[in-house]
Amino acid sequence: MEKTMSEEQKRQFLDDFNNGLHRMGRIFLIVCVIALVAVPFVIGAINGVMPDGMGFLSGFAKVGIIYIPVAIVEFLVYTPMLGVGGSYLTFITGNVTNLKIPCAMNARDIAGTQAGTPENEIISTISVATSAIVTTLVIVAGVVLIIPLKPILENPVLLPAFDNVVPALFGALALKYFSKSLKLAAIPFVTMTLLCILVPAATSATSFLLIPAGGMALAIGYVMFKKGML
Amino acid sequence: MSDYLSRVNAGVFYLIVAIVLAFITIMCFVFLVKSYRAGIALGMDKKVLRRAITSSATFTVLPSISILLGVIALSGTLGLPFSWLRLSVIGALQYELNVAEIAAESLGLDGLRVSQMNMGAFVTIALVMTVGILGGVFCCIFFLKKYLGKIQAAPKKENSGKPGFGAYATTAMFVGMCSAYIGAYIGDFTSGKDSMPIITALVAALAMGVFEWIGKKKNLAVLDNFSLAASMLIAMAAAVLVGII
Repeated sequence: MEKTMSEEQKRQFLDDFNNGLHRMGRIFLIVCVIALVAVPFVIGAINGVMPDGMGFLSGFAKVGIIYIPVAIVEFLVYTPMLGVGGSYLTFITGNVTNLKIPCAMNARDIAGTQAGTPENEIISTISVATSAIVTTLVIVAGVVLIIPLKPILENPVLLPAFDNVVPALFGALALKYFSKSLKLAAIPFVTMTLLCILVPAATSATSFLLIPAGGMALAIGYVMFKKGML
Repeated sequence: MSDYLSRVNAGVFYLIVAIVLAFITIMCFVFLVKSYRAGIALGMDKKVLRRAITSSATFTVLPSISILLGVIALSGTLGLPFSWLRLSVIGALQYELNVAEIAAESLGLDGLRVSQMNMGAFVTIALVMTVGILGGVFCCIFFLKKYLGKIQAAPKKENSGKPGFGAYATTAMFVGMCSAYIGAYIGDFTSGKDSMPIITALVAALAMGVFEWIGKKKNLAVLDNFSLAASMLIAMAAAVLVGII
């Protein structure tokens, strides 16, 4: 093949290349979905238990109402940045906003490629694939190192730490997100706090509270966005 | 070690997770090689392609260590192999913990508490965590080709420079979630039910505040990679101390 191609030849080459990636990407994702969904069933079968159908549906309904719209927004916003190969890999390997997007952007900056060009597609895919491989290797190395520490991590003295991992997460996130926009946070936070103080039973149903709280914050955010306050 | 923890940390579980992750890693490698070759065929400089690989690898190391700290945080309740799987594929620590908590409550537990877990609850929570995050994957399987085709075919609009609401929606969503959780911890505290969650959350917020302050003051963007996981581990350590006292 010649060293340099015309723009038209490049486009044609990229179309063929992307069609191949779409085919391979779809098969790859379908196999991954089957494998990932099978894991809980296989573990259950080994231990003589199966997932609780009603518990699953109840949990999934609450999770879906929050995360399906998030997934659609992420898909619409991020896939044009990632290109074909980068999108398939990013959406199966996760850590989208905290790792893959900035990593791909950084690689593009370093390579000096322009958005929408075939070169940009190539660099994005290379970047995301490399990032996913490195993450896997780092975590494998870490897990191998953690295994000998398991008896320490499972010491009953550490029980309060693991029982409070969710408050630790949301305490840190609250500071991060509330400080980004106090105006946006004020009404949902005060409303939820008052509700939980006045109706203590509500605190046992945080998973339900997430839905009105999230809806309220989104609605306020949208109004503030339209008024140019964000 | 409790029976539950020994079961979720069984050797066979590591093997299953290793097989799934090996498949995904091999596929990443295939995409990498194909793209590299396509780059060469397009006439791209090998040096540029190699720099994309090395810069992405070095860029990834620190956030990966942060993800590893998340694996430690999650492993105490869901076991090491499943935490390893969840944080190596789809999702992120925020998602995994939030969904695990929602699923645990849906099963009638007080939340994601190792003291209340059993294998039946575990496999149900694991299934909710897995299926709940598949939305983006299904979008890619069914719509990516069409969507990117349309985007590429559409005439380029004049960029106003102002991001759309989508850029703010995630922030709003997290603000709502944090309001619900922190409100519930305050409610638990004022009703005398449990003060540990709000203490842990306050310590985490304080640690996060310090990290953000240092990051801005010293212009250390690298701290962003660690601030969340490190704040959580500091708060979890504080919970242990309060438990001992």
